[in-house]
Amino acid sequence: MRALALALGMFVAVLAPAWAVQPDEMLDDPVLEARARDLSREIRCLVCQNEPIDSSNADLARDLRLLVRERLMAGDSDDAVKAYLVARYGDFVLFEPPVKPATYALWFGPALIVLLGAGGVGLYYARRRRNPSVVDPLTVEERRRLERLLAETDGTESKPR
Amino acid sequence: MATGIALNRRMAYLLPLAAFAALVAYFVWGLNPSRDPRAIPSAMIDRPVPEFALPPIEGLDGPGLSASDLRTGEVTLVNFFASWCVPCRVEHPFLLELATRDKVRLFGINYKNKPAEARAWLAELGNPYGRLGADTTGRVGIDWGVYGLPETFIVDGNGRIRYRQLGPIDQQTLEQTIRPLIRELSK
Repeated sequence: MRALALALGMFVAVLAPAWAVQPDEMLDDPVLEARARDLSREIRCLVCQNEPIDSSNADLARDLRLLVRERLMAGDSDDAVKAYLVARYGDFVLFEPPVKPATYALWFGPALIVLLGAGGVGLYYARRRRNPSVVDPLTVEERRRLERLLAETDGTESKPR
Repeated sequence: MATGIALNRRMAYLLPLAAFAALVAYFVWGLNPSRDPRAIPSAMIDRPVPEFALPPIEGLDGPGLSASDLRTGEVTLVNFFASWCVPCRVEHPFLLELATRDKVRLFGINYKNKPAEARAWLAELGNPYGRLGADTTGRVGIDWGVYGLPETFIVDGNGRIRYRQLGPIDQQTLEQTIRPLIRELSK
């Protein structure tokens, strides 16, 4: 019975999410700690690049988490903390980079491509409506010949089934 | 008018070709094996070195390293290294060559390393560094924007960072980038 409970406990422990933030990193002030957690989720870990420092187990991520808390303790605003990190690591350190000329392609590129595509489709339909492909009507002579041919087929060419 | 439209029509056939060429150019850039997609451009280029003052590695005689040592009018290489960093070992012979043959001023920052291990490393491989600072907390590394060892910075005589080498220095970067830049900055 005890072995079963132990096995179950271990199973649950494996399933539980691996928290990167260690208890010794946390601030005593819950408000400040909450701000630190929110900020940490917006800051990229430079080592594991697609993970925020909040959930990364890299050494550098831990150092940056501690740094964020230190800055908050010193009275920095959230923006000041971000600016501090951007000054050292560039915009890449933020998951949501600022809108500025260097990031215009990033922010507006996809919308531009959609607009280009929509423009192309619009142009195609506008052009088609302006000069729809008109089928030339048959001349009198052509019509007569068509009727003759049809009559011929009906009479002699068709084979009995 | 009519010829204009005719010309437009003819150019329209080139449009898919141009789009294809653009796509090929993008793939050549994106799939180029020598491009490291994880490399992050340094935010420190053309900025003065951050203020810092580091003690020497514990148990080593030496002056330590601070920002004022980098504003003495001489071009300096600042190399972040640690004994636990495998590529640092690959890079080490090139650092020795720069220090002894090129007579380049080379300073080292020992990043988050146990003093005993750092001493053993230098005893085994040789010490190319004119000055050595021990960044035991990694805080100075963060101030320089370091995120993976080894990283090497070229600092001009006014204490301004001019170049950052991400990853180990090899023969190619040494000859094509580092030596020419040091020569140019030393003029």
